[in-house]
Amino acid sequence: MDERVTDVEGARTTDARPTDAAGEELLSRRTLITGAVGALGVAVAAGIPLMAGGQGAKAPAAPPVPAVPVVPVDATKVPGAPTTAVGTRSPFVKPSRAPVGEITGNSLTPLQDLAGTITPADLHFERHHAGIPFIDPSRHSLLIHGMVATPLVLSVEEIRRFPPVTRTAFIECSGNGRAAYREPKPDTTPQKAAGLVGNTEWTGVPLKVLLDEAGARKDATWMLAEGGDACLLARSIPMAKAWDDALVVWAQNGEPLRPEQGFPLRLLLPGFEGNTSVKWLRRLELGARPWMTRWETSKYTDPLPDGTARQFSFDMDAKSIITSPAFPQALTKGWWPISGLAWSGRGKITHVEVSTDSGSSWSQATLHAPALDRALVRFTHMWEWTGRETVLLSRAIDETGYVQPTRAELVKVRGIGTDFHFNPIVGWKVQGDGHVVFHGET
Amino acid sequence: MRGALIVPLVLVVAACSRDAASSGASARASATGEPTRHYGLGHAASAAEVAARDIDVGPDGEGLPPGSGTAQQGAIIFQAKCSMCHGPKGQGMPPVFPALIGRDPKAEGFSFAKDWKLVKTIGNYWPHATTVFDYVRRAMPQVLPGSLTNDELYALTAYLLASNQVIPMTTTLDAASLKQVKMPYVDRFVVDNRRGGKDVK
Repeated sequence: MDERVTDVEGARTTDARPTDAAGEELLSRRTLITGAVGALGVAVAAGIPLMAGGQGAKAPAAPPVPAVPVVPVDATKVPGAPTTAVGTRSPFVKPSRAPVGEITGNSLTPLQDLAGTITPADLHFERHHAGIPFIDPSRHSLLIHGMVATPLVLSVEEIRRFPPVTRTAFIECSGNGRAAYREPKPDTTPQKAAGLVGNTEWTGVPLKVLLDEAGARKDATWMLAEGGDACLLARSIPMAKAWDDALVVWAQNGEPLRPEQGFPLRLLLPGFEGNTSVKWLRRLELGARPWMTRWETSKYTDPLPDGTARQFSFDMDAKSIITSPAFPQALTKGWWPISGLAWSGRGKITHVEVSTDSGSSWSQATLHAPALDRALVRFTHMWEWTGRETVLLSRAIDETGYVQPTRAELVKVRGIGTDFHFNPIVGWKVQGDGHVVFHGET
Repeated sequence: MRGALIVPLVLVVAACSRDAASSGASARASATGEPTRHYGLGHAASAAEVAARDIDVGPDGEGLPPGSGTAQQGAIIFQAKCSMCHGPKGQGMPPVFPALIGRDPKAEGFSFAKDWKLVKTIGNYWPHATTVFDYVRRAMPQVLPGSLTNDELYALTAYLLASNQVIPMTTTLDAASLKQVKMPYVDRFVVDNRRGGKDVK
């Protein structure tokens, strides 16, 4: 054991491979502790807080560290692990959807733990109205009926034989950000502020192909989409959307849908509020007026200050959020990438502006091309923190010219008590001591 | 889309398209020039297959099944099958089990946008009475969805509407009378006027 530690030190000083600052710190601290107690178990204890906190971070009260596999002092000096049937994340990486644990509940995408734009399938947010149904795909089918020439029953296997397409699109619950809009609190994470959004590479068949197969009548104006869960969730969808870019999807990010995302079939309506992308899709009925289901009357309608309620508010307005720096990070002086996500239900994001001086001035952030239609785009902006207290903000602009509004503007037109569609500019206050807290009162 | 007129039509069309599918041809057009069955996948739904899933009820009453029930009958069913989650008075256990009953004067007048603490109920918010029937039939009771008879559904709908002061407690609801019920705030619901661009609405 002691001999191996010596080897590590030797390797570190003679190895020509570049090592970053965090790696140096990790090795030297490990080596110190190792000398006293022994290499194996203790390296774990030394490693995890460093990985979790990042360089220079003063994380508030580190959580207790659960047991993880023994980490070699130098992974280049021992054989690695064999191949596995299904991969798992590094034990040092533990993102969580933070589920509320109710069958009518939700769980949130851990935005602060993700990079790029694609949401890993097992971290995509959930919102269920009667739990996740357990469905055998060989017994599942889609019925298309109503104003069609031929009412059709299509098995999952048959749907997969139509010409498939693949596209990336976000899904956002229209309740995303409700608490942060109504009562902004400093201890809000990106996950809590905006975690009811995910971005996926979907594979399926254009709905118009299925509509043509059934001989859909052109005078049909609405379509009821119904899921096969325990509440038979159903939404009325305008046929214009059905003929436009709607898909019936069976795959997400290269694999079959996860049960909580609608396995085996899901309707996908890019840019529309999330619950219209009906999961566990089992029926489409074409008609000439909306059905006024519970999910388009009692819920998913937006009370407005003039005493009305907006109904069928499908489009998700343009929105952005900085995902780092964010609560509960703590910064040291120097350069930091401001990194975040932006999206619009009405098309492409054309630019994202970032303010590092509490909104006095705005700079164009770099969009990580390509910015896709109705999909998340990553933006970054390099910024040097000099130690002064400030607020970091972002605002998205989409191809219709819509500019993400402040919270005050939204409250004026929608009211503080409106129930859905919350897309105010939000940001992060960097305190003089480097600690970062949520800033929602824009 | 249910009704006596529709069913025979469905059967005729179904028979035709079965032939089309079994011939294995693609990109065909029917005698009327209407294109159908490009790929010949799937099968034409039988009337029974449609009926097994077609449970929706429209705001015009379309799809309401035979049967009837009174508010008094509904009150008893409510206590037995609903009150464990929604409370004996339908006051709910938010946020998981919403309030169903209540006409708090403070929450009248549709000022929900100004105060999110105002509790929305069937009486002070829901725009269509048929939605009560449709939703309860789809989803309730949560532990045993799909278990209520049509008479129980009419009775529960009558009780929920009557206890929200929308209809008298003495009302008997059936397909004909339910579609006549007008909800107090139906006129407050407006179609989305957001169109993107410069305007924040």
